[in-house]
Amino acid sequence: MSAGPKPANLAPKIRFRDPQIEMAHGAGGKASRRLVEGLFAPYFFATSTGPLADAAHLKINGAQMAVTTDSFVVKPLVFPGGSIGELAVNGTVNDLAVSGAKPEAIVLTLILEAGLRTEVLQAEIEAIANAAQQAGVRIAGGDTKVVEHGKADSMYITTTGLGSPLPGVEINPQSVRPGDKVLLSGPIGDHGITILLARGDLEMEGDLYSDTRSVFPLVEAMVRAAGPGIRWMRDPTRGGVATSLNELARDCGLGVVLSEGNIPVHDAVRGACELLGLDPLHIANEGQFLAVVAPEFADAALQVLQQTPGGEEARLIGEIREQPAGSVLVTTLYGGSRIVDMLVGDPLPRIC
Amino acid sequence: MKYVDEFRDPELITKAADEIRRLADPNRHYRLMEVCGGHTHAIYRFGLKDVLPENIELIHGPGCPVCVLPMGRIDDGLSVAADPNVIFAAFGDMMRVPGTQGSPLQHKARGMDVRIVYSPTDAIKLAKLNPQKHVMFFAIGFETTAPSTALTLQRAKAEGLHNFSVFCNHVTIIPAIRAILDSPDMRLDGFIGPGHCSTVIGCRPYEWIAKNENKPIVVCGFEPLDLLQSIVMILQQLQNGEAKVENQYKRVVPWEGNRAALKAMAETFQLRPYFEWRGLGFISQSALRIRDQYADWDAEQRFQIPGIRVTDPKAAQCGEVLKGVLKPAQCKLFGRECTPENPVGALMVSSEGSCAAYYNYEHRKANLVTSISASA
Repeated sequence: MSAGPKPANLAPKIRFRDPQIEMAHGAGGKASRRLVEGLFAPYFFATSTGPLADAAHLKINGAQMAVTTDSFVVKPLVFPGGSIGELAVNGTVNDLAVSGAKPEAIVLTLILEAGLRTEVLQAEIEAIANAAQQAGVRIAGGDTKVVEHGKADSMYITTTGLGSPLPGVEINPQSVRPGDKVLLSGPIGDHGITILLARGDLEMEGDLYSDTRSVFPLVEAMVRAAGPGIRWMRDPTRGGVATSLNELARDCGLGVVLSEGNIPVHDAVRGACELLGLDPLHIANEGQFLAVVAPEFADAALQVLQQTPGGEEARLIGEIREQPAGSVLVTTLYGGSRIVDMLVGDPLPRIC
Repeated sequence: MKYVDEFRDPELITKAADEIRRLADPNRHYRLMEVCGGHTHAIYRFGLKDVLPENIELIHGPGCPVCVLPMGRIDDGLSVAADPNVIFAAFGDMMRVPGTQGSPLQHKARGMDVRIVYSPTDAIKLAKLNPQKHVMFFAIGFETTAPSTALTLQRAKAEGLHNFSVFCNHVTIIPAIRAILDSPDMRLDGFIGPGHCSTVIGCRPYEWIAKNENKPIVVCGFEPLDLLQSIVMILQQLQNGEAKVENQYKRVVPWEGNRAALKAMAETFQLRPYFEWRGLGFISQSALRIRDQYADWDAEQRFQIPGIRVTDPKAAQCGEVLKGVLKPAQCKLFGRECTPENPVGALMVSSEGSCAAYYNYEHRKANLVTSISASA
C-alpha cells in the first residue's frame, strides 16, 4: 500500500451555518451562493481558488471538453412559450454556450411521479427532442426513476451537457478591467413573469411568452466577431441580471455601473413588476445572456449581435468601473442612482 | 406605461429638482419626514437623494406595517398554526419576518402549512378549498389594507364560512405620527404625507398637524416626480410661513377619503385601548381589533393565544432609526449582525423598512467617489 498524497478535504472549512434548507437556497441568489461556497466548495474544490462558473472546462487525455449539469423542477410543466422539456435542453445548452463552448451532447435523467399521464410525458419527450434538434445537440443517453405518487410534482428533469470549447475565447471574471462594456442580448424578465402569470394565483394576465431558447447562435456570432475581446459571459437565469452581475462584481472586485434607460424590458414585464414590487433585474431569463467585452471590441460585438436573428434587441447596458467595488450600481435617466444587490429570498419558487 | 412614465420623465424631474434648489434657503437645513414606508422605498429605489440639495434631509417615518409589528405577535400567530389543522395565510411581506423560532417561511420549511396570499379574499378561497382545515389570515397594515380585511370579515359572516378567521394586527397612522411628534428629540420642518392610506382616510385627519403643530404636510404619490413635487409644495409653504394640508396625489386620493371603506372598517373593527409598536412602544388607541359581532372570525377570540412579549435585542437601535434620530447606518448592528438576509431588527425585514431600503439601494454607495456622476 503506498502512501498517496494527503487528501485535501480532511477537515474542510465549512462556513455554511443555516440550520435547514429553505426554498431560498435554490433560488439562485444570495442563499444559493452561500450554500455552494460555504458547504459544497470546501469539500469538492478545496484546492481550486477560482470563481465558480456555469460549466467546467476539463482536459481529459489531452482532449478539451466542457461539462455542466442542471435540474428542472418548473411548475407548471407547460407555460406560454415553452415547457419543462424545452427548458431542460436550452438551460444546459446555454450554460455551455456562455462558458465559451459549443454544445454537443446531453445526458438526460427523468424523475417521474407514479400516476403521471403518458401523454404528458410523451409531450415533454417530444419537446426535448425538438429542442435538442434545434440547438444542434444529440441526446446521448439517460436514466429514469419513478417515485411514489405524492413524492414528486409530476416530473423533474436533470440534464448534463457536454461541449467542445470554442477556440479564441477565454471566459474569466478576473480578466475584466475598468472601462469594459456590458452587453445584454435582449429584453429581460419574460420567463420569470410568464411563469408567475401562468400559475394563475394572481388573477393577472399578460401577453407574454417565456424566452426559452438556445443562445449559442448569438454567442457563436459574437465570438467570431469579437472573440479576443470577450472577458466574461453568463446567462442570467434564477436571480436575474442583478444576481449574475453581482457575482461578477464580487469575483473581479470591480463595480458594474448600468444605465437604467438602456436595459430592454417589455412593457408587460415592467407592469407586472410595478404591481408586485419586483425589480426586472431580479427576474429570471431563459434565453438571454450578458457579456463583458473589452471597449475596443464592444461596437463590433453589439453590431454582430443585433444582426444575428434573435439578437435585434441586444443593447450596451453599462460598463465596468473601479467603484463601487464589488457592487452593481444602476443610474437613472435623471441623475439618481441605486445599488442593486443579489436576489435575497425567493420571490417566486420553482421557475425552472 | 401610463401613470408611470410621465411621473419618471427626466426633463420634468430635472425641472422639479431645479425648483427645489431655487426654493431651498441655502442657509437653512430642512428635515422632512416621509411617513410611509412606500415613500422610503421609492426615495432609495429612484436614487432621489442624488437629485436633492444636501440641506434637504429626508427622515424615514414609522409607516411600514411589517416593521412596527412586535415579534411577539408573530409568535402568537404562528402558535395557532402549530396545529396541523390550521393553514397560516399571509401576504408575501410577512413571510421572512422573524419570530423567536424563525419566520413563517422557516416554519413552512419545517412542515407548517403556510401560504402566501395576494389578498384576504384569496384566504377565503383557500378556506373553501380546504373545508376540513381552518384558514387563519394573519392581517397586517395601516388603513391601506384594513378595508379589504373588513370586507373579508363581512363576507365570511354573510356566507357563514366557519373554517376561517383573521388574526388582526391592523394599526392606524395618525397615532403613530402623534407619537413621533411627541418625541422630545424630534425636530421636523414638515411631512410628506402617506399616499396609500390617505386614499382611505382622506386628508382631513392630518389637519391637526398643520394647525396645532404648525407643520406643512403634503399627501404624496409614489413616483419620483410625485415626491419632488411634494417637496416643492412643502418648501413653498415654509417660504410663505404657512402650515397647511395639501394633496399632491389628487389623481388617487380624494380629500374626504373613501366613505365605503371607512364604513366597512367601522362596522367590523374597534380601536384597541393600546397596542405595542415595535421600536415605539405602547401607543394608546393606535390599533384595531375585531368587533364582538365578528368574534367567530377573530382568531384572538377563537384560539388560545399565548400573548408572547419579546423585547428587541438591546443592541438594535430600531426605535431611534424609526423616529429618525439615527440614520440606518448609524445603528451598531447595521450591515454586520443585521442584514436583509438575516434581519435582527424590524426595519431590515420589509423592503419598505428604512434599514432594508438603505442597505439594498444606498449602502456601499456612501463612499463612492464623485466619478460616477461626473462620467455618467
